[in-house]
Amino acid sequence: MHEMTVRAEPVAGVGKLIARLKHAGSASGALMMLIVLCAVFAFSTENFLDGANLVNVAVQSTILLLLALPMTLIIMTEGLDLSMGAVLTLANVVLATVAVNTGGVSLALLAALGVGLAFGLVNGTLVSRLGIPPFVATLGTLGAAQGLALVVTDGQSVVGIPASVQMFYSGAFLGVPAPIWIAGIAYAAFHGVLYHTRFGANVFALGGNREALTLAGVRTRLYLVAVYVIGGLMAGLAALLLTARISSGHPTAALGMEFDAIAAVAVGGTSFEKGKGWLLGTLIGVLAVGVLRNGLNLMGVTSAVQVSAIGLLVILALMIDAFRGKQS
Amino acid sequence: MKTPTLSSPAGASAQNASGLQGLWQALPDPVRSVAFRLLALGLLCLALSLASDAFLTTTNIVNVLRQAALLFLLASGVTLVILTAGLDLSVGANVAMSACLAATLMKATGSITLAVFAGLGCGLLIGIANGLLITLLRLPPFIATYGMLWILHGVTYWFMKGETIHGFPPAFRAIGSGHWLGIPIPVYLMVAFLFIGVLFAQRTRWGQEIYAVGANPEAARLSGVPVKSRLVLVYAVSGAMAGLASLIFLARLNSAEGDIGEALTLPAIAAVLIGGTSLFGGVGSVFGTLVGALILTLVLNGMNLLAISSNWQPVVTGVIVVLAVFLDNLTRKGDRK
Repeated sequence: MHEMTVRAEPVAGVGKLIARLKHAGSASGALMMLIVLCAVFAFSTENFLDGANLVNVAVQSTILLLLALPMTLIIMTEGLDLSMGAVLTLANVVLATVAVNTGGVSLALLAALGVGLAFGLVNGTLVSRLGIPPFVATLGTLGAAQGLALVVTDGQSVVGIPASVQMFYSGAFLGVPAPIWIAGIAYAAFHGVLYHTRFGANVFALGGNREALTLAGVRTRLYLVAVYVIGGLMAGLAALLLTARISSGHPTAALGMEFDAIAAVAVGGTSFEKGKGWLLGTLIGVLAVGVLRNGLNLMGVTSAVQVSAIGLLVILALMIDAFRGKQS
Repeated sequence: MKTPTLSSPAGASAQNASGLQGLWQALPDPVRSVAFRLLALGLLCLALSLASDAFLTTTNIVNVLRQAALLFLLASGVTLVILTAGLDLSVGANVAMSACLAATLMKATGSITLAVFAGLGCGLLIGIANGLLITLLRLPPFIATYGMLWILHGVTYWFMKGETIHGFPPAFRAIGSGHWLGIPIPVYLMVAFLFIGVLFAQRTRWGQEIYAVGANPEAARLSGVPVKSRLVLVYAVSGAMAGLASLIFLARLNSAEGDIGEALTLPAIAAVLIGGTSLFGGVGSVFGTLVGALILTLVLNGMNLLAISSNWQPVVTGVIVVLAVFLDNLTRKGDRK
């Protein structure tokens, strides 16, 4: 509660430093998990520590980071977006269809962002205006997006993605892979907005201090809609990387990916109930999930089973969190 | 039955409007809420019988009842969970895992009894695990059961290894596809569990305590209700009902693969919410869920009859979920004024 007030009104200097250090405490759990996972896979597989594989982990984690960043904001407002994976899937098939028909990127990306914007607006409106609990509102839109992805493609894959789209995943600039640039810029933008603007301060307050925020004359509903809209738009952007990565549009491409994002946020130490979050924690969480999937891949474990491991990782993280809560 | 004002239009027209209105308002809230839904169900039947010749055929009605029975059995457990202001997102994955376990054991040993106990037991244990995560670790229910969903998903794929098991003994398949006096076996189960569910929720102390926990957990705790053990109980029941549903589903499909039943979560929750059980706890009924299951099944059946692609089904179900909660919020706000 105390650090909340520090965050809500970001005063420079000592208070800010203390708040950061406290968060470092909750993120150190995530960092420990990441290190343990790396150590386990370094011993149990031959290739994990290869330079090429580590670059691979980073590149593969970029799509997840694009989802986990806005998911952090949403969870900080005591919300949840279960529709993110399905919206990403719908944006993927829409982007692929437009790209195949126009042969270019710009219109296709606009269409994907449009899909994200529309679902973000609907989610935000359902949650903030109609008072529907976030997990049910977004469960409903999950069904809608999943069904629409099937309707758009009639259950078929969309192939023939132009090279101009593919280079967003396989290309490089100044020797750094393109997806890393995109994810890096996105992270920097989220960091800037969350920690250095009034918007960010209000998002922090939305979780723990909504009443106070409303009394202070802040239009909390608008902020809540904005947070879900950001989630939708980031799913639209992530669709560009996903489409480039799999070179196709597929009606089930990213179903369930919201779980990876929620897991990354949970592992990163963002709380589901108290409006506390830390963006760097989410980055560590994304890498932990990425390392876990990559390591299990190297061990020949199938994707569906990797999901179980991620579930166990989340429960472990929440247990550590609960234990810390009891201690302090 | 509970809607005398609606079923006797002749008598109603003789009364003056304020008398009719007064009678309607004198009805207890739960009765009015169910009456509304029965009216909606009746209108839906009328619309469908006008829209399609195939609707009012014995085959189709039996088919609708069979599907509604499966949905109701799954949703009745979820109803108890939602009555406590919780949520069980793991029921679909629970059905998948319980069905696959039962199928594997039946193939390996040939024993139907073993398979039935394994399916029910597996569902029950998953439910208890949910309850413990929520009460001991104090995880929010939607997070705990959502995590459980994906854990079960992975474990099921792991032991099925992408294979399909099919061809079960006729005695087992009767649970899902058998008939007695022309009525499918699952429909008998539906009626039986409707009685058990209504009696348990309305007439037993445990049932009343579940309502109390949902309405106000703090007040329930202070008046001596063992809140944690009631919470574990509702998740255990929800899990066990998923286990039962998995057996019926397995018997009807006569085959099992890793994703069997996973698409049932959204419809099950939809049936509960359409039936008038509030997400905020303490308000709702198992009978309402039966009406909800019938309404949802009829909508999906109607789409089938009108040759609308099944791809639209999750879209429509999702929209219905959101609409149901929205309307519930509206009526509740109206009551407060």
